[in-house]
Amino acid sequence: METEFIETMILTFELASITTLILLFISIPLAAFLVFTKTRFKSIVETIVSMPLVLPPSVLGFYLLLAFSPASFIGEFLTSHGIRLAFSFEGLVIGSVLFSLPFMVHPIQSALSQVPRSIFEAAYTLGKSKLTTLVRVILPMIRHGLISGIVLAFAHTVGEFGVILMIGGNIPDETRVASIAIYDEVESLNYAMAHQYALTLFIVTFSILLLVYTLNKKSLEGLK
Amino acid sequence: MIIINVTKQLSTAEGILQAHFELTINDGEFLTLFGPSGAGKTTLMRLVAGLETPDGGRIEVDGKVWFDSKLKINLPPQKRSVGFVFQDYALFPTMSVRQNLLFAAQNDEQRTYVDTLLEMIELTPLADRLPATLSGGQKQRIALARALVRHPKILLLDEPLSALDPAMRQKLQDELMMIHDRLGVTTLLVSHDIAETVKLSDRLAAIESGHIKDICPPMEFFTSHTFSGKLQLIGEVLKIEEESPIVIVTLLVGSSVVKTIIGRSEGEKLRIGEHALISVKAFNPIVIPLNEQ
Repeated sequence: METEFIETMILTFELASITTLILLFISIPLAAFLVFTKTRFKSIVETIVSMPLVLPPSVLGFYLLLAFSPASFIGEFLTSHGIRLAFSFEGLVIGSVLFSLPFMVHPIQSALSQVPRSIFEAAYTLGKSKLTTLVRVILPMIRHGLISGIVLAFAHTVGEFGVILMIGGNIPDETRVASIAIYDEVESLNYAMAHQYALTLFIVTFSILLLVYTLNKKSLEGLK
Repeated sequence: MIIINVTKQLSTAEGILQAHFELTINDGEFLTLFGPSGAGKTTLMRLVAGLETPDGGRIEVDGKVWFDSKLKINLPPQKRSVGFVFQDYALFPTMSVRQNLLFAAQNDEQRTYVDTLLEMIELTPLADRLPATLSGGQKQRIALARALVRHPKILLLDEPLSALDPAMRQKLQDELMMIHDRLGVTTLLVSHDIAETVKLSDRLAAIESGHIKDICPPMEFFTSHTFSGKLQLIGEVLKIEEESPIVIVTLLVGSSVVKTIIGRSEGEKLRIGEHALISVKAFNPIVIPLNEQ
């Protein structure tokens, strides 16, 4: 029982960490695109990014399940390359990345949009490439946006339920994460175990958020 | 020598404007772009810096082509040797004063030069502070020093002093003059301030609706080529009081307020808030040094 609890918690945080890391790499260029683009497709991209905020998780989960199934075009392609996404950890990661996307993109986008244009131009006239400007000037400037994004995406992935239930099922040490475990334990009237999961999630989430808000406040004061 | 001949379509408040700038700047010259808002002064600077692309034409600096629409040459800002000073300073807030300057440096010589520049603008004691803890005047001096680190071929100053109070403006004007004299860097300044323009520039380019209407020494431009007074001052009209048969005008010259008496017909031509030229003939002015503590 105890090993199962530990396995589940490790899997939960592993999923959240990997998802957050992937999201960080996707979201910085995506947010930059949304802030600086002048194409008329901007609204469409923005809508797609924001969809998970309002869409029932079961809807996304259902379509992902269809896409992952060997009967579909994508699923067939993946299966022929030996990749199985439905009921697998990799599938959970893809689902979580899509579902937590706005929680990472929005804080970065809003922080980026507040950086004056002249900061970029100053760096360019000082001979710096776009990449150097991004890494050395812009990312340090928008660090609270990055921190907010990381925390929100991480916490949201930990709390993920609907999508995972649809595509992941409940396989111990493969796709059984804490939120699913709580539901499962309650279903089998095992309240003590459900409580153990729930309280752990509660305390961990509270501590992370508290730590980050305290640090963020301090770093903001340092800049004034 | 910098040879500019470019066209650019501008969208202004009054509609689309077809701008055409033709201009030659001599080595080490201090040239001011003067004119109303929306005339294209800042655009011309940005075209030179490569922050905007001309629709056509050519920009040549010391024999090197920066832009040529026919040869399809368009160097990015990184490859042009410019120092750009922005109106809002554009300092990097997460870097200290010294780091802001070091960020621009490309080699050891320029890294050493950072210390020389910090000495020159008297900011060495503040070198490890973050920009947010400094005053507007200090920030603009840092921005100026940062723009000079790479020994640019041209220094572009986009209304660098407009956000500062009058006393600080004067101090920075003096500093700009000192730096220009010491380094001899070719400088292009956008300014709305007549006193500033007269004080700093070798020549003035009057820009109106996307065209250069006149290029001449600034005093010549502001005095409509005719006056030859012994003492000439330019001031802003603060107050006009009619005391028949004369008029008492109060003007702001630099940071001092000056009152003078003029005839009624002259008084009718003046408007409060506009600039006026005070010219004194026939008298021998007395100029004595001030004891400044």
